Amino acid sequence: MSSVEQKQPLSDGPDWSFELLGQYQTEIERVAKLYKLDTYPNQIEVITAEQMMDAYSSVGMPIGYNHWSYGKKFIQTEQNYKRGFMGLAYEIVINSNPCIAYLMEENTMTMQALVMAHACYGHNSFFKNNYLFRTWTDASSIIDYLVFAKQYLSQCEEKYGISEVEDMLDSCHALMNYGVDRYKRPQKISMDEEQKRQKDREAYLQSQVNQLWKTIPNKGDLSAEHEYRFPSEPQENILYFIEKNAPLLKPWQREVVRIVRKISQYFYPQKQTQVMNEGWATFWHYTILQHLYQENLVTDKFILEVLHNHTNVVFQPEYHSKYYSGINPYALGYAMFTDLRRICEDPTEEDKEWFPDIAGSDWLETLHFAMQNFKDESFISQYLSPKIIRDFHLFAITDDDKESTLEVAAIHNAEGYQQIRQTLSAQYNLSNIEPNIQVYSADIAGDRSLTLRFIPNKRIPLADNFQQVLKHVHRLWGFNVQLEQQNEDGSIKLLGSCPV
Amino acid sequence: MAHFIDRRLNGKNKSAVNRQRFIRRYKQQIKQAVSDAISKRSVTDINNGEKVSIPGKDITEPFFHQGQGGHRERVHPGNDQFSPGDKIKRPQGGQGGGSGQGDASADGEGEDEFVFSISKDEYLDLLFEDLELPNLKKNQLDKLVQYKNVRAGFRSEGVPTNIDIVRSLQGSLARRVAMTAGKKRELHELEAQLALVEAEPVPDQHQLMALREQIELLVKRIGAVPFIDSFDLRFRNFQKRPEPTSKAVMFCLMDVSGSMDQATKDMAKRFYILLYMFLSRSYKNVEVVYIRHHTQAKEVDEQEFFYSQETGGTIVSSALKMMADIVKDRYDPAQWNIYAAQASDGDNWADDSPQCADLLAQQILPFVRYYAYIEITPRPHQSLWLEYEKLQQSFDNFAIQPIRQVADIYPVFRELFKKQAA
Repeated sequence: MSSVEQKQPLSDGPDWSFELLGQYQTEIERVAKLYKLDTYPNQIEVITAEQMMDAYSSVGMPIGYNHWSYGKKFIQTEQNYKRGFMGLAYEIVINSNPCIAYLMEENTMTMQALVMAHACYGHNSFFKNNYLFRTWTDASSIIDYLVFAKQYLSQCEEKYGISEVEDMLDSCHALMNYGVDRYKRPQKISMDEEQKRQKDREAYLQSQVNQLWKTIPNKGDLSAEHEYRFPSEPQENILYFIEKNAPLLKPWQREVVRIVRKISQYFYPQKQTQVMNEGWATFWHYTILQHLYQENLVTDKFILEVLHNHTNVVFQPEYHSKYYSGINPYALGYAMFTDLRRICEDPTEEDKEWFPDIAGSDWLETLHFAMQNFKDESFISQYLSPKIIRDFHLFAITDDDKESTLEVAAIHNAEGYQQIRQTLSAQYNLSNIEPNIQVYSADIAGDRSLTLRFIPNKRIPLADNFQQVLKHVHRLWGFNVQLEQQNEDGSIKLLGSCPV
Repeated sequence: MAHFIDRRLNGKNKSAVNRQRFIRRYKQQIKQAVSDAISKRSVTDINNGEKVSIPGKDITEPFFHQGQGGHRERVHPGNDQFSPGDKIKRPQGGQGGGSGQGDASADGEGEDEFVFSISKDEYLDLLFEDLELPNLKKNQLDKLVQYKNVRAGFRSEGVPTNIDIVRSLQGSLARRVAMTAGKKRELHELEAQLALVEAEPVPDQHQLMALREQIELLVKRIGAVPFIDSFDLRFRNFQKRPEPTSKAVMFCLMDVSGSMDQATKDMAKRFYILLYMFLSRSYKNVEVVYIRHHTQAKEVDEQEFFYSQETGGTIVSSALKMMADIVKDRYDPAQWNIYAAQASDGDNWADDSPQCADLLAQQILPFVRYYAYIEITPRPHQSLWLEYEKLQQSFDNFAIQPIRQVADIYPVFRELFKKQAA
């Protein structure tokens, strides 16, 4: 490696220039290739702090439609930033092809390099290869779709008024979490196709709805029809159900529902892969920059600044710290990927017992496999090792409202590993976090009322703001809406209805 | 494979629309906050925005989420003292089993205030929204008009001082080119022929003479085209364009007799500030004349107006007389939009009140755009009010309102200046 030693280290700034960015990017890409990181092409955009705040408040979407809630977010961000309560994110990266990453002008050269390694190679390769992203999002068409959505909504605003569109969006946003398909695979279509289909869909959907409501039976048949329930099976995608079946929505309103639903679906994988995604990106910025340091391509000063930031990012406050707000996904994810590498390269007896199939295997292949085929929930239940549990001093607490005290269910000892792993995994299972509410029936033969059914998980009740959400459902559906709760013993309780 | 783009010069206010949407949506709450703020605001501070605070619970976006209770299991880091089976007391302030992120209250059950700043312009817009200049309709009919000369292109007639030299010479050049081009071409041809003939060994003298004659004639004709003709002249054209006057004067009249304490004066001051801000949005230049009075009226500066203490009785008509005089001397009603606001605690010598009403009706109200009287007192109405009340029926540029406490000022101001229905 004599040639490597002759290389001059790259300038460590602190000021960056586009030329220097290019040099670092070339080196980082070279190393990323060595580690077989497969990425979309990168589009790296340098922006100012104000622009970062803009991007921040529109959930990172480069071209979002207009809505007051983004304005609220912006005002909050601006306030917090100006008062110094919060720093801005160093980067924002968008799951698109080419993969768009924002670098902030204020960052030092070191930070820009760290961000490039983190976002443009870490996150980017995750977006391209993780199965959830491959299944649920189409990176090449998302930007087009957002453009389409923005244009469509602003046309609607011109035609029907800002307030009308705003009302629709408010209601759809309230149900955004209930606008995703969990099992069906969506089809991919291009922007052109999307626009062409939109017009057809408008006409077609309306005719379908009209058909559906025409099937009101004669009064005499009412008893016979009583057993018939629509939909025949409960529907978990409430927005989809509304889009297709709400009797009074106008065609453009159905399209708005669809837009919100599509965007919700686009973000669905991100919600389920926080730990993995951040862990993967953090692992790679660390590994790539260390590699450059080994090659003498970066200076001591550079690597110290990197380490300083890196340790901040992966800091995990303990449960009694005032900074504690749950488990830091960066810390957990980074620790797990690092530990996976250790298990492959330097397995202990314990590892051989817990991970017989990967202990001693090729670490790079194992890591790529883990990144590609899991989400947070399954990743933790598969790979959370006893060593991590010990390192983090993890312990599980049982909180039952029937008991007067909390109980420590398991700690970081041999008896507890399995249980902690299961509990932590369940903690990342969206269906444990989000209340299970489905469309149970729509009374198409009678008063057209819609019944939603809530099935509590482990007796955890619904937060009591549901009445407000019901108002939004009512606005979309147009007729009475009821919310029932199905208890463990099978009994049904009416939680609320709108209008009350 | 990477592509760098410098976006720093792109617009930064991508969120401006969303911000406006937010303000639009919560206008009612923000307006409320703004009108609360005006009564707390320092009186000298009219050039700043305002910090607005609206209840956090009003602006949440509801969604289905889990509430407290039920059976939960959570994993936390940093065990330093627990063994399996340990019982722990529920932490105070909720039974969430620690502050797990999943069940952190997202719908702002707390009474957190959402605090943010609006700019000066947004502040003023909200403050004066729905307000209109008094009698706007009437104002437009008899609007004060001034004329201003503005350039309006060129014309071919005019006085010599307005000659535009460049344009005129352009015309001259064009005319000369047009009138001589054909002749010059002919001249060149003849000269070429002449040269040919002269080049022959034995030139045909007859032909030579004819050619020379023709050339001479042409040169003379070309020379006869004048360098400049009256036809070429262009004159700058001016038009008189009517311009609504942007001059306004605001008279502040206040009773400073012993019965007016500082608190009452402060209330009056706020009213004047509102009026001033309001007028400065509509007029470029707003002059302010302060007239204070007890038994005698005096024109004073702002400091003295608000803060010097006087005692004695009250004769309101003295101030009205003085105002009428000042208008006559300095503010020709044909050129100035005149506004007046009078503040008083209502005290006046009983036999002076009818005189005030007369003065107003004869000498003041016909010339002013708007005259507002506010009575700052918790007591029943006084004689002045009763006189003014009669007057109100015959003049629609005259308004009276009572104010009892600081918080009344803004609503009263709005009431006085609310958009005319017509």
